[in-house]
Amino acid sequence: MKTETSPALVLEGVRKSFGENEVLKGIDLTVAPHEVVCLIGASGSGKSTLLRCVNLIEPLDAGRVVVEGAEITARGVNANHIRQRIGIVYQAFNLFPHMTVLRNITLAPREVLGMGRADAEEQALSLLERFGLSDRRNEYPDRLSGGQQQRVAIVRALAMRPHLMLLDEVTSALDPELVAEVLSVIRELAGEGMTMLIATHEMGFARDIADRVCFLEEGRILEEGPPERIFTSPENPRTRRFLSRIIAAGRL
Amino acid sequence: MTLGGTGPPATPEPSPERGSRILGGRGVLISTASTVLFFAAIAVFIALAPGSGLVAERFFSPFHLWHSLVGTQSEPSVLSAFLLNVYIFAISEVLILVLALVIAVVRQIPGPAFFPLRMVAVAYTDLFRGVPLILVLYMIGFGVPGLGLTFFSYFSDVTYGIIALVLVYSAYVAEVYRAGIESIHESQNAAARSLGLSRWQSMRFVVLPQAIRRVIPPLLNDFIGLQKDTALVSVLGSIEAARAAQIYGASQFNYASYVVAALLFVLITIPLARFTDRLIARDKRRREAGTLA
Repeated sequence: MKTETSPALVLEGVRKSFGENEVLKGIDLTVAPHEVVCLIGASGSGKSTLLRCVNLIEPLDAGRVVVEGAEITARGVNANHIRQRIGIVYQAFNLFPHMTVLRNITLAPREVLGMGRADAEEQALSLLERFGLSDRRNEYPDRLSGGQQQRVAIVRALAMRPHLMLLDEVTSALDPELVAEVLSVIRELAGEGMTMLIATHEMGFARDIADRVCFLEEGRILEEGPPERIFTSPENPRTRRFLSRIIAAGRL
Repeated sequence: MTLGGTGPPATPEPSPERGSRILGGRGVLISTASTVLFFAAIAVFIALAPGSGLVAERFFSPFHLWHSLVGTQSEPSVLSAFLLNVYIFAISEVLILVLALVIAVVRQIPGPAFFPLRMVAVAYTDLFRGVPLILVLYMIGFGVPGLGLTFFSYFSDVTYGIIALVLVYSAYVAEVYRAGIESIHESQNAAARSLGLSRWQSMRFVVLPQAIRRVIPPLLNDFIGLQKDTALVSVLGSIEAARAAQIYGASQFNYASYVVAALLFVLITIPLARFTDRLIARDKRRREAGTLA
């Protein structure tokens, strides 16, 4: 089968502008199956926009996105079908506040995949169980801590059985003591071989979990490589400058 | 939701000099005395005013209040006529809720292909919010039967009245819905679409349920207006409460029938108004609980 051999994700010359402001100036990136790639860079470097372009929530201005060998930016491709295979988790959780945890998780499997209610709930409960949230299944999102909300958001994405997960600064909105519980969930996913593209400010986490780190600045990937090299002996002076600022701020 | 020790207390502690909660019996005593005095003064003023006896007879005569309420052999009962108002209101309300939602949703459909539909929705709300209800009533209620069309020209006055009310009020209510839809942050839609839901599924399961919950208080406000405007259907000849009161008043030369009709409208409006207050209070509590989480 083609999906076994082709990369999980290929980006070619991806460009995106908001008005006059060109946020992505030609991004080329390939992610292999089961690979974990971390995007680092200052705020406004284009990390979040890049993730939102991958699942076509933001339409591209130019370039191609190929998921498991199929070009999703081609004309006539139904973006809804593509998004089913790509899970995305946002910085601000974006849970549906009028639904219980369980309904948040079962909504898409039932309405999009056509799963029966019993099957969808059984799957949701086993995922909640795994991430220590099963006693929260009937709560509304407002009643949960930020860390719990973010873990529910991850479970909600996993319930669609995605082949690729995009994580957009998922710990940036959390209190420091809640960051660890979310990071451990992501570590667990990486351990199971989930392909992930992660935008993050947590450099220590990126160094631990990433197979490859990409440094973005002003809409371009300036440097990429294994975390050991990027974090210890970056070649690009701008990468060096960024990392020294991070170290000065005590974030590495 | 239990309030923890964080943050300032929701209400400041009342100072010991003020408020019946602290002073207990004495505060209640003062408020009772001042209330009694206040209304006694108004009663004396009215009783001593010139012509007050005539006012009492023309507006508040127990005989006429009762007879206009239940009707006589020659005059209709205001109470049974009021049932027609309730009927008109009940039917119109359901139709308005549905039609207005359709208009509001059509206005949100993106894409160049749907431009004419969006244009129709915008034109509809602009037109029917601007035209006085009474003109729409005349045009529908007298104009359409005058055309002599098969089927459409042979509805009852009440039906034409309901059609006019639905046309006008749907324009208002559509705008209320639209405000609700636009108040839901785009990130909710993005989250739904990211999960693979279609635009319509996102609207149906994620955006609309939140939007409608948010606009229930203004919706109820519009329905209080609708309850009162059912009286305007009388211009087409239907004998509803206001018209029945007018018939009684004209033949008995007494206005107690208007007082009866007015009280009936107030009686069904007040529960709706209190219900709206309760919903607003509940919403506020919920939001405050949300910020603490």
